[in-house]
Amino acid sequence: MKLQLKIWRQDGSEDPGQFEMHDLNGVSEDCSFLEMLDLLNEQLLENGKEPVSFDHDCREGICGTCSLTINGLPHGPEDSTTTCQLHMRKFRDGETITIEPFRAKAFPVVRDLVVDRSPFDKIIQAGGYVSVRTGSAPDGNAIPIAKQDADLAMDAAACIGCGACVAACKNASAMLFTSAKAGHLNLLPQGQAEKDQRVLNMVAAMDEAGFGNCRNYGECSAACPKDISLDFIAKLNRDYSVASVKKILS
Amino acid sequence: MILDAKIPAGTLSEKWDNHRFSMKLVNPANKRKYRIIVVGSGLAGGSAAATLGELGYNVNCFCYQDSPRRAHSIAAQGGINGSKNYQNDGDSIHRLFYDTVKGGDFRSREANVYRLAQVSGNIIDQCVAQGVPFAREYGGLLANRSFGGAQVSRTFYARGQTGQQLLLGAYSSLSRQIASGQVKMHNRHEMLDVVVVNGHAKGIITRNLITGAIESWSADAVILATGGYGNAYFLSTNATGCNVTAAFRAHKRGAGFANPCYTQIHPTCIPVSGDHQSKLTLMSESLRNDGRVWVPKDPADCNKSPDQIPEEARDYYLERKYPSFGNLAPRDISSRSAKEACDNGLGVGPGGRGVYLDFSDAIDRFGESMIRERYGNLFQMYERITGENAYSRPMRIYPAIHYTMGGLWVDYNLMSTLPGCFVLGEANFSDHGANRLGASALMQGLSDGYFVIPYTVANYLAEEGAGAPDPDGPIFKEAIDQVRERVAGYLSSGGKRSSRSYHKELGHIMWEFAGMARNASGLQKAIGLIQDLKEDFSQNLTVPGKGEHLNAELERASRTEDFLDFGELLCRDALERDESCGGHFREEHQTAEGEAVRDDENFSHAAVWEHNGQGKEPTRHKEDLHFENVKLAVRSYK
Ligand SMILES: Cc1cc2nc3c(=O)[nH]c(=O)nc-3n(C[C@H](O)[C@H](O)[C@H](O)COP(=O)(O)OP(=O)(O)OC[C@H]3O[C@@H](n4cnc5c(N)ncnc54)[C@H](O)[C@@H]3O)c2cc1C
Ligand code: SF4
Ligand code: FES
Repeated sequence: MKLQLKIWRQDGSEDPGQFEMHDLNGVSEDCSFLEMLDLLNEQLLENGKEPVSFDHDCREGICGTCSLTINGLPHGPEDSTTTCQLHMRKFRDGETITIEPFRAKAFPVVRDLVVDRSPFDKIIQAGGYVSVRTGSAPDGNAIPIAKQDADLAMDAAACIGCGACVAACKNASAMLFTSAKAGHLNLLPQGQAEKDQRVLNMVAAMDEAGFGNCRNYGECSAACPKDISLDFIAKLNRDYSVASVKKILS
Repeated sequence: MILDAKIPAGTLSEKWDNHRFSMKLVNPANKRKYRIIVVGSGLAGGSAAATLGELGYNVNCFCYQDSPRRAHSIAAQGGINGSKNYQNDGDSIHRLFYDTVKGGDFRSREANVYRLAQVSGNIIDQCVAQGVPFAREYGGLLANRSFGGAQVSRTFYARGQTGQQLLLGAYSSLSRQIASGQVKMHNRHEMLDVVVVNGHAKGIITRNLITGAIESWSADAVILATGGYGNAYFLSTNATGCNVTAAFRAHKRGAGFANPCYTQIHPTCIPVSGDHQSKLTLMSESLRNDGRVWVPKDPADCNKSPDQIPEEARDYYLERKYPSFGNLAPRDISSRSAKEACDNGLGVGPGGRGVYLDFSDAIDRFGESMIRERYGNLFQMYERITGENAYSRPMRIYPAIHYTMGGLWVDYNLMSTLPGCFVLGEANFSDHGANRLGASALMQGLSDGYFVIPYTVANYLAEEGAGAPDPDGPIFKEAIDQVRERVAGYLSSGGKRSSRSYHKELGHIMWEFAGMARNASGLQKAIGLIQDLKEDFSQNLTVPGKGEHLNAELERASRTEDFLDFGELLCRDALERDESCGGHFREEHQTAEGEAVRDDENFSHAAVWEHNGQGKEPTRHKEDLHFENVKLAVRSYK
């Protein structure tokens, strides 16, 4: 395949950044999108230029490191697929592909296509856990959990923390990400003791990190490579209301 | 180099208990005076940092990713073993112990493996309490499956994402400690050296991958949990950032490297599709529960569409050769059989390097919807990567490097030969001998991190007393300067070749000569080729850009150089181990039917390499293995 790449280059967070055009020939359809960028980088190196920085690690859709907004879509055009799992057969020969970083105020650009997603860690640190000391756990089968509850919790827990939901949202809201973790833990008996505090603290951390408000546009779930459902946002809103009321009453 | 395994006295089942009682404790009020460095935030490092923080130690944790949640453990699919015997199918601590020792082809330390089996149940409890959403039965109890050739169902799983869920469990505990200030997390920091003060590991040197700052950190103890070295082969199922740098640089500072030749090749990966390939993707082994492996009997059929090849023209070679285990034969055996079929010209797909994994019988028997329910996500992943639909056409699979059993040598306390430097998880050599059974790496990582190191590091700290040195002292300065010099060296290399091209070439050499089957002349040749490649690397490398910002090429150059040095060591170890065992198959040592032949008389030991300086031959030491509780047997899966 022959491709024209319109790629965002930005030399650090202070640099304004700009698009750069590159031609790339002889790309196999069996290449993954990131392997295509590897080829581009080898070509740049050969010509004595600096390669494009982009984030990646597992290259199998699970670590959440890869990002990229491809032709305007976070993780590109294929549904339920991370950038690293996207393959070039999904593009046309001769196509011009626009590649940008995930854009959101809370995710400043580090360099080229790499952004800083550490605010997600802050949200988890605010309450995305069950406080259980190592060694203090009861037997694993001591508390039966209905299969449908465990399955639903797993649906939420499947979030890979990639940030596509934020990049897809006009308001750059982190509600889908936050609701996935809160939903996972709040659905399980283990998560009940800290449920109210969890939602209050996680939502506060989300606001503090500079993410926007959720207006139920639903773009987040459409962009999510793990198909995290909007139902979890609804559940977070309910849990949040209950916790807020309880807080006022206490 | 003294190799004292420090195995406690007593019967196998009492050793760990006795040891826990005899080890010293650190007074709770004093814990905060001790600084501990944990490098790595995977299952091993994440669980260790969280637990040590919770106990009150002052912990600094490092990882190269942008978040601890992204460590490579996240990619584990299949499951984690635990000897709970919830299925009432005859499992026990002793059976898990025995299976692990046998699976490792009698090349592991009995006492360590037994302890692993002992704490395996606690791990499951701990993870459930954290909210890990393990699969459940309709009655609400935990579900299990049989995995990787085990004859009991002891594997706990969370869909096809067990590693992800376990890691997120550890990450959530770690996050809690980060929030409380007990653990300071340093993301995007790569460890580039260990600092040794008076013979003890007392700190590390890191490079901040965003700013390029090279910094020193001091501590009372250093824990390395930096994962395996599978990427020495370039193509593997590991994440692209996985490296041997941390372990290898500790090795250069005095930590013995044990059994580097023990590598595991996973039989069910998606085959290489072309030269652009940057990594290989694993298809969970659980597929072998329902898929049947075959190749055409006649090489002339290899290019035909599989549905044009009638039943009688197919060779279901695993079922034929291993009637009792069939398609579930252990990893090393299944992998070698696939290679043998392809070497005989019977392989399918690009380059003739693939075998079929066929679900048509299972689909006929259970219906497509059942198969979809069991493996839907895997079939989807396969289709994304290959563009083929595995419901209507058999998958193509081929073995790939997946896991490394070798690693830094550690004693029973998980301390390396460099005092004060502890090694956990895949980075150490401890529990899997020459071959790891499915679902036991996750178990080992969490055992090391949650249940072993908190005790053993305390004993070391109590003996040594608190007193981390000044990170700006002369020894640290010297170490920093050495790292700076090295980094500057890459940046000023004026050649033309990218580090990726070296890494790739190394990978070809390793796979060809130190892959699924090895022999003396091939290994000698590989050592020569690697030495030539190193020479070329020192002359012709190019690294663009600066050191003061994110520079992936710089990172790759430094990792590649360590892989080159390490690759040579691996080949040397493979050459010296003149027997076949587990994942190490020496063609000179096989039965007429092609099965591995061990040499217990001469090789019932762990080989531990001592670094003698750059360009000097390393020394091979031995830790003899004693088997008092299992009888050494020929590992047969017929
Ligand atoms: C695809 C796949 C599937 C698997 N499936 C299973 C399974 O089903 N069951 C099973 O039991 N096992 C499985 N394994 C094996 C298992 O996942 C690993 O052995 C295990 O997770 C390793 O954990 P770890 O904590 O030792 O290392 P890792 O998870 O690899 O973590 C290494 C950590 O060290 C850090 N690090 C590395 N180098 C440096 C450096 N130089 N400086 C700073 N930080 C550094 C990294 O940032 C990371 O945080 C699988 C492996 C793969 C590849
Ligand atoms: S909710 Fe989806 S899009 Fe958002 S971080 Fe999680 S996996 Fe990524
Ligand atoms: S690189 Fe891990 S999800 Fe894409």
